Amino acid sequence: MRDKLIYGAGIFAALYFVRNLYVILLQLPDEAMQGAVYRIFFFHLPPYFTAVACFLGAAIASGLYLKTKNWKYDVFAVSATEVGLALAAINLVTGMIWGRQQWGIWWTWDARLTSALITWLIYLGYLMLREGIKDPSERAKNSAVLSIFAFFAVYFTYKANEWYRTQHPGPVLTIRTGKNTIDPAMQAMLFHNLGAFLLLAVVLVAVRMNLEDSQRAVESLRRRAHAIA
Amino acid sequence: MTYFNQVFAIAGKDLRSELRTKEALNASLSFAVVILLLFSFVVDPDSEMLEQMSGGLLWMVFAFSGVLILNRGFARELPNDCLDALIASPIPGSALFFGKAIANFALIAIIEAICFPVFGILYNLTWTAQLPVLVAVSALATWAMATLGTMFGALTVNMQLRELMLPMLIYPMLIPALMSAMQLTTLLVAGQAIDSEHIVWLRVLIAFDIIFTSLAAVLVETVLVG
Repeated sequence: MRDKLIYGAGIFAALYFVRNLYVILLQLPDEAMQGAVYRIFFFHLPPYFTAVACFLGAAIASGLYLKTKNWKYDVFAVSATEVGLALAAINLVTGMIWGRQQWGIWWTWDARLTSALITWLIYLGYLMLREGIKDPSERAKNSAVLSIFAFFAVYFTYKANEWYRTQHPGPVLTIRTGKNTIDPAMQAMLFHNLGAFLLLAVVLVAVRMNLEDSQRAVESLRRRAHAIA
Repeated sequence: MTYFNQVFAIAGKDLRSELRTKEALNASLSFAVVILLLFSFVVDPDSEMLEQMSGGLLWMVFAFSGVLILNRGFARELPNDCLDALIASPIPGSALFFGKAIANFALIAIIEAICFPVFGILYNLTWTAQLPVLVAVSALATWAMATLGTMFGALTVNMQLRELMLPMLIYPMLIPALMSAMQLTTLLVAGQAIDSEHIVWLRVLIAFDIIFTSLAAVLVETVLVG
């Protein structure tokens, strides 16, 4: 039943993306200043928000793991971090493609770009730490602590960098700017794609959690076999 | 034994055993001098550019050589199961953490105290114009390295790839602190005071120290005891 729900949601997310792509590519007009390339923004901001949601979820789950020592939270934390890392990579890559087209360069050491890259590296370190610890309970405990540190560091780096002037464009959403500088249809599309990405993330995290569960089952069977033999 | 006695007992023990063997200190110091030498090939040693890069160069040296010291912090306790004995001893985990952090801080500070004059001599720079402020900024940034390094040393102590994992984990996290230290050190080495434009870096550094010291003090018990 749970699997059916997950795959059902996955199919729904896929259909949602198809519908969004149809609107993005065929219905929305070109942007006044940038022309057609602005469309990549629908695959730049929504994955970023979703990735931040994943990392926040992972940090909260890590805190709960340390408090309760319930494996479920550790499973969630690693799954959410992996999915978040993939989404953050989408954010970086789409940003670079846009930068190449608009600025003529793939990368600049601008505060926003740098802090996004640092975030990515910190969470990559999280996965490497997990790889390196054999004992499951020590792995869960240490990576939970790292996840909490990582979220603080990411927030701090982001804030510290905000005091710089950046080449990265400023906020566009009405809730951030307080003005109607963005076309309502384009803003609605951003939220639609954010919804699609969030749903996709939920599906991927659920699939990854199943995988982690099976991995743990195999590990414990193997340990039992060693104990008998 | 009061809390402070416990902290200083641990710090004293670490410093004594390090200063008697000097295994991390010697390695770290010679490594630091080698990097200082290598930088002369990166940038023309007589140019003005060097002065503009001085903070960056110095803190790269301290970050690289400091990790060698930080790596030893908890690894020193592995032979003879000393770590288990320390954890079983009747002191709180945070006292153990602060003791080790203070010892690491002192050892990295020794490296810095030697590297600044060597840097000044090798590259013909007068760096002492703002000495008291420079010392204060270095102390803040070194404390940032010592707390994060000690905490992550505890996280990675049982790993096989410990020596690789520690720098991989702490460099990205240290970036706000290192960035501030680099900006301020460049300014101070050039003999200028911290002006209103640069005060933000000092704030970042202080905030970094406060946030991560308190976070580490809260979480270290969990890491050590479980």
